[in-house]
Amino acid sequence: MISRIIGRIGFYGLLGVLLFYAVFPFYWAVVSSLKSGSAIFRVELLPSSPSLENYRALFAEQSFARNILNSLIVASSATLISLLLAMTAAYALGRIRFRGRSAVLFAVLSISMFPQIAVLSGLFELIRYFGLYNTLIGLVFSYLILTLPFTTWVLTVFMREMPRELEEAAVMDGASPLHILTQVFLPLMGPALAATGLIAFILAWNEFLFALTFTLSSEQRTVPVAIALITGASAYELPWGRVMAASVTVTVPLIVLVLILQRHIVAGLIAGAVKG
Amino acid sequence: MAQQRSTAAHQRTQTAWLFLTPMLAALLFIAAWPLLRTIAFSFTDANLSDLSTWKFVGITNYSYLFEDPLWWRAVGNTLLFTFISVSLETALGMVIALTLDTHLPGRGLLRAAVLIPWAIPTVVSAKMWGWMLHDLYGVVNFLLLSVGLIDRPWAWLADPSLSMAAIIMVDVWKATPFMALLILAALQALPLEIYEAARVDGIHPVKVFLYVTLPLIRPALLVAVIFRGLDALRVFDIIYVLTGNNENTATMSVYARQQLVDFQDIGFGSAAATSLFVIVAIMAMIVITLGRVNISLGGGER
Repeated sequence: MISRIIGRIGFYGLLGVLLFYAVFPFYWAVVSSLKSGSAIFRVELLPSSPSLENYRALFAEQSFARNILNSLIVASSATLISLLLAMTAAYALGRIRFRGRSAVLFAVLSISMFPQIAVLSGLFELIRYFGLYNTLIGLVFSYLILTLPFTTWVLTVFMREMPRELEEAAVMDGASPLHILTQVFLPLMGPALAATGLIAFILAWNEFLFALTFTLSSEQRTVPVAIALITGASAYELPWGRVMAASVTVTVPLIVLVLILQRHIVAGLIAGAVKG
Repeated sequence: MAQQRSTAAHQRTQTAWLFLTPMLAALLFIAAWPLLRTIAFSFTDANLSDLSTWKFVGITNYSYLFEDPLWWRAVGNTLLFTFISVSLETALGMVIALTLDTHLPGRGLLRAAVLIPWAIPTVVSAKMWGWMLHDLYGVVNFLLLSVGLIDRPWAWLADPSLSMAAIIMVDVWKATPFMALLILAALQALPLEIYEAARVDGIHPVKVFLYVTLPLIRPALLVAVIFRGLDALRVFDIIYVLTGNNENTATMSVYARQQLVDFQDIGFGSAAATSLFVIVAIMAMIVITLGRVNISLGGGER
């Protein structure tokens, strides 16, 4: 009995520690972002005189609003293009048996495991060749390498789970494959498209290596690069308050999104993991 | 009749390839071609400032690369990072998944809470932790000092013996939720009857976990570990933001990017990038063969 109580206490203790480890960084980022001037260098669990100065500076003194807009444009374009291409591919991979199907699936999966650095010099050449260096289009283009294999894979999984009767009835009526895809499956794939699109959007929104390498001017930067490259008066003096304000600004919408759509996200993530 | 059916099957196959073409063309263009170009560059002396003039140098880049102690340092750092962080993430992910699998009040909220570290950009999580680990003003040193665990502030990100540990701690924070969710999905697919039987027989929960749960979720667990492991081998963001190009923590991706972009040496950097690609490919093949993981979408009954 006593060992059971100790076990319970240990269990909840561990849970408490894990929860603290998970949540405290957010709390600290919010608190730090509200401290201005030298207050940031004092460790206080609640700011004694909270101020929004860091947020004002973030938007007034640098192009952070522009960076957010860039990220929105790039991530949503990459997501939309991926969904469009992946949807037709998923119909072929999920509904039709043909030779070479496993080979295509294997290739798609392999590409999603590529180290990004392995395509960096080749992509750089391509982007420069088309004159897309330091443009948002160049980024959209390179992000497809992240989002397209993922969306193809996940939509294929969802597509396979659609009941066969749906398609058979349409085939009997002599409907063309394109008609079946757009009129029969598309209306039913809404939740699947939302889940897949949301995760693809987050993948593109969070990307750092390509955005860092393929952009030059601060007007073309996406949010992760802008945050990574915030600098102060000297190299040794990072404006931590402003960095924290930027972190909070981009994290809050994501948290809201995740809380609202968590069921869809979990479904998409699990479909994305290969079945063993 | 058989004739008719085979024509229909033939048409279906044609449709399949037609529908696949746009996606395959895009992947060929943005993934396969750049990869081949990177491999080709690795045998040249190409420079970033002018990619059109280069000459073939054979395996010179590779022989220099394999003689560079910093490269081997980066290989070692990558393997160390991958092994420790994936082990910790799996163990912690298991604990969290088992917790979420019980009928705890408020577990829906907990499930949403563990998604958040996964959803935020790695750069943001690295910056948040970078500030917390600041040697002079960081809250981590403050807390540890005030409870007496350390007697002077530690330079978490500058001290060579601490920086890798600090980076792993941040990565565990960021990636454990993902592991927990995948393990949770596997747990929730298990039949409840077995647990009912084990409870009736009075078997200790630890034994149930070791002899029932673990073997049953092994395939799903293995897949999660492989994916996470391959992801960790190419780690870049978290290390670049926390410690830059510092050799104590630089991984293969960081090393390769430094050569490619900072030193503008496309030939040499491509050799490093190609080596990373080969290492990842070999690792993937080894674990898939040894673990007998079936990388397919189940059967092809349709």
